[in-house]
Amino acid sequence: MKKNNPSYSNGGRFRDNLATRHRAGVIWQIVFQASTVIGIIALTALLLNIIDGAFGYVAYEARVDPASLAVDGVAIEDLPQELLVEILRQNLSSGAFNKLDNEIPFNERSRINVYDLVIERIVRYDVTESWTLRESLTQGAEIRARVIEEYPDAELRFISWINAEFIQRPQSSEAVNAGVRTAILGSLLTILVTILVAFPLGVGAAIYLEEYALDNWLNRLIRTNINNLAGVPSIIYGILGLAIFVRVLGVLTSGAVFGSVDPTTASGRTVLSAGLTLALLVLPLIIINAQEALRAVPQSLRQASLSVGATKWQTVWSHVLPNAIPGILTGTILAVSRAIGETAPLIVVGASTAISFDPNIFSRFTTLPIQIYQWTARPQAEWRHLAAAAILVLIVLLLSLNATAIVLRNRSTKRF
Amino acid sequence: MSTTADSNYVIETRHLAIFYGDFKAVTDVNLRIQRHKITAIIGPSGCGKSTLLRSFNRMNELVPESHASGQVLFDGQDLYARQVDPVEVRHRIGMVFQKPNPFPKSIYENIAWGARVHGYRGNMDELVERSLHQAALWDEVKDILHRSGLALSGGQQQRLCIARTIAVQPEVILMDEPASALDPIATLKIEELMEELKRNYTIIIVTHNMQQAARVSDYTAMMMLANGHARSGTVIEFDETNKIFTRPSDKRTEDYVTGRFG
Amino acid sequence: MPGKKEAAQGTGYPVRKEGLRKRRRVGETIIQSLLFFAGFFSIFTTLGIVYELGKEALLFFRTPEVDPWEFLTGTSWQPHINEFGILPLATSTFITSLIAMTIAIPLGMAAAIYLSEYASHKVRRTLKPILEILAGLPTIVYGYFALMFVTPLLRSLFGNDVVQIYNMASGGLVMGILILPLIASMSEDALNAVPRALREAAYGLGATKLEVVLKVVVPAALSGIAAAIIVGISRAIGETMIVAVSVGAGPNFTFNPFQSAETMTGHIVRISGGDLSYDSIDYNSIFAIGLLLFFITLTLNIVSQRIVRRFREVYE
Repeated sequence: MKKNNPSYSNGGRFRDNLATRHRAGVIWQIVFQASTVIGIIALTALLLNIIDGAFGYVAYEARVDPASLAVDGVAIEDLPQELLVEILRQNLSSGAFNKLDNEIPFNERSRINVYDLVIERIVRYDVTESWTLRESLTQGAEIRARVIEEYPDAELRFISWINAEFIQRPQSSEAVNAGVRTAILGSLLTILVTILVAFPLGVGAAIYLEEYALDNWLNRLIRTNINNLAGVPSIIYGILGLAIFVRVLGVLTSGAVFGSVDPTTASGRTVLSAGLTLALLVLPLIIINAQEALRAVPQSLRQASLSVGATKWQTVWSHVLPNAIPGILTGTILAVSRAIGETAPLIVVGASTAISFDPNIFSRFTTLPIQIYQWTARPQAEWRHLAAAAILVLIVLLLSLNATAIVLRNRSTKRF
Repeated sequence: MSTTADSNYVIETRHLAIFYGDFKAVTDVNLRIQRHKITAIIGPSGCGKSTLLRSFNRMNELVPESHASGQVLFDGQDLYARQVDPVEVRHRIGMVFQKPNPFPKSIYENIAWGARVHGYRGNMDELVERSLHQAALWDEVKDILHRSGLALSGGQQQRLCIARTIAVQPEVILMDEPASALDPIATLKIEELMEELKRNYTIIIVTHNMQQAARVSDYTAMMMLANGHARSGTVIEFDETNKIFTRPSDKRTEDYVTGRFG
Repeated sequence: MPGKKEAAQGTGYPVRKEGLRKRRRVGETIIQSLLFFAGFFSIFTTLGIVYELGKEALLFFRTPEVDPWEFLTGTSWQPHINEFGILPLATSTFITSLIAMTIAIPLGMAAAIYLSEYASHKVRRTLKPILEILAGLPTIVYGYFALMFVTPLLRSLFGNDVVQIYNMASGGLVMGILILPLIASMSEDALNAVPRALREAAYGLGATKLEVVLKVVVPAALSGIAAAIIVGISRAIGETMIVAVSVGAGPNFTFNPFQSAETMTGHIVRISGGDLSYDSIDYNSIFAIGLLLFFITLTLNIVSQRIVRRFREVYE
């Protein structure tokens, strides 16, 4: 640029210089635009990659050939319930059989349920090999040929790893039977604890800072502190949660104090501890968002209320809060969706690897992101397909939360 | 509500000065406000008119670090005495603002809310109707009481704010340029309304519109930046409006009211 | 219209004998105390972090096997033979963050400039939410992406023998994508805060759009952009799941981005994810690492806030 600098005595050089400057402008604009597009490409690649993992061909092999279980030439799919129960009785140990009968007596179960038990406990499909969606679509013929050649006993199916059963089944040690029911419930329960603690505390703190706090050193310290806490890595909160909620307050968080000791509880590594840890994590975010929402309420409204002789709290409760609440809720939802996706602090607090029962707040916990982490970390392909499916569940959960936030935001902007 | 019968003055200031932090915005104001009269505060912008007005019901305290010295006597009690509750002060001395600021609630609620806050036990419908009547708004809104106050026109909103103030039955109404955001017709309505209201209330109005001050007020306080104080305003002349506008005793007042100032 | 007396008597309002005197409003006081507690609560969080990290870290440094000097300068972290040098963990944190910032700073700034200065209102309304989604995805999802997409991509580009299955490059790259929208959105705020008048002044002198942007707007917003970059660095250093999934699970003192290593955060996750007993050196070591992490990110955050505050003072 420098050497093109026009000297005022030489007016003739203005014009061609301008062309160069415009050309530079166009080039840079393309660069800026391309950089933005890279973000979109990355997002697309990421989503495609997940979808790629969540669908595709799977080759199953049964430990017991279902055909061998057929009675008098009738395949098990068509057998009546009594015969299916009989198959279970013959093939399971009597202990296992009685345990199932004790949980729910066989004559009270549906035929479908008994059939599922036969498949799960006796036939026991195993994944011998699985393919991604891209492979399944582009190399379908090769895959089919290979399965026939290499695994003659296997059955090849095109499946969606994310399906109704996947969502309803608890965690399992076998990929075919694994589901995210316990993880979803764990996530929801954990988040419930987080909201119950962080929302009132956060909104209260925001009201204090925006409506009551004078400009003195203590309140300045509180403000600075909250801003700093918002930038602390989430894993540090995990360490704090481990130290405080699991160790120091273990009696409380394990439920021992309330006399409801779950035998499976591992010394304070509970849903409650996880929820409280995440509450500390999102508290600064909720405060900062709520402060912003309160600040958006016009000062004239406060003056109107005070001028008729209302007290501060009457003013806040009747006028400021009702007008700030859509903004506060939006901010809270954004903070909560951050909490739902958090993994690292929960690993540190002590998430469990496998939980097959529905959690309560004093039980050991797992959450969707934890489940995704554990499945991703396994080397076998089938677990990674499950991870992809679980990611889709998580994304759907987050998207619906964010959609709620956007609806609330749009409603709040219409107010004034 | 008690009235001190022996006094014609409802508010009296003695050596009142108002500060924002270290900055002295208003200095040495000595005023006596007559009961059931309209007192106008006029003067060039930035001379502290609004600040002075807001000090009469301690609304200036909402600005961080603001404080006052001297005295503001209301029925003989110092409003700035330690044991005085600013909430109670604002109940007795209401305020109408420059920009209409109805609550984003129904017209009915706009009026009922303040009354409820003060534990009003009478018939609420009656109070709402009476207040709207007094604010000369009843006929226009009686069929839409449950519509939002924000749906009204600017002038109507301002009268709603006046009705809201009246509903808690104050003794004094402070008006901070109540018509500056309104068109001439709405302004006229507000001015007529003030004339009505003065039978029951004492009104103090800040206005930058000298014709308005001349039209509506009984007394006028002229404010200017004080001599010797760089940016600090004070009342340089306080008298009957008639006198201020016809034969002011201070040269600066004369220059201002005749338009020779600024 | 009611008469003078009627209004003055205040029908319907309770008579207050105390006049203007302060009334005791117990509810008001209780609520205010509760609100103050809520406001003050976050101080406890900070104190808790400093106290707990400090206490356990002190236990760690007090054990005879650990030498603070060796902790900061040692190049080997092998707890089973009592070697606690943090450098292998620190260097891989450094390298992954460096890679991330190499991606995120130029792309994030360019995206911010495009969105704030070039994009039409309509385009911005479509692009911004996309970047927000990108910033809002859980990091574990990015971890999956790094391991299942970026790593295979790198291996097919540079060869399987060059790029290990777990490597710093893929974690760093994906972290860059994660931080890109963060830097873009903070920088955009800074660019938007530059007054219109400044742009108009430059246009008035006959500057082209690019000249206005690069020579007037960006320099004016530079401190805001700097703050965004610092927050991005702090985020990269503290980022955990991406590196835990894709970078590796063993300390490795190397500067080769295609090799596997373990970052400070990754180490904390691995140690605490296993069955650790509360009194082992291993357990205490994660507090020492956590404390170091806390101070690094805290310093960066404070610096960035200072910069932002000074920046605001200029334009507000």
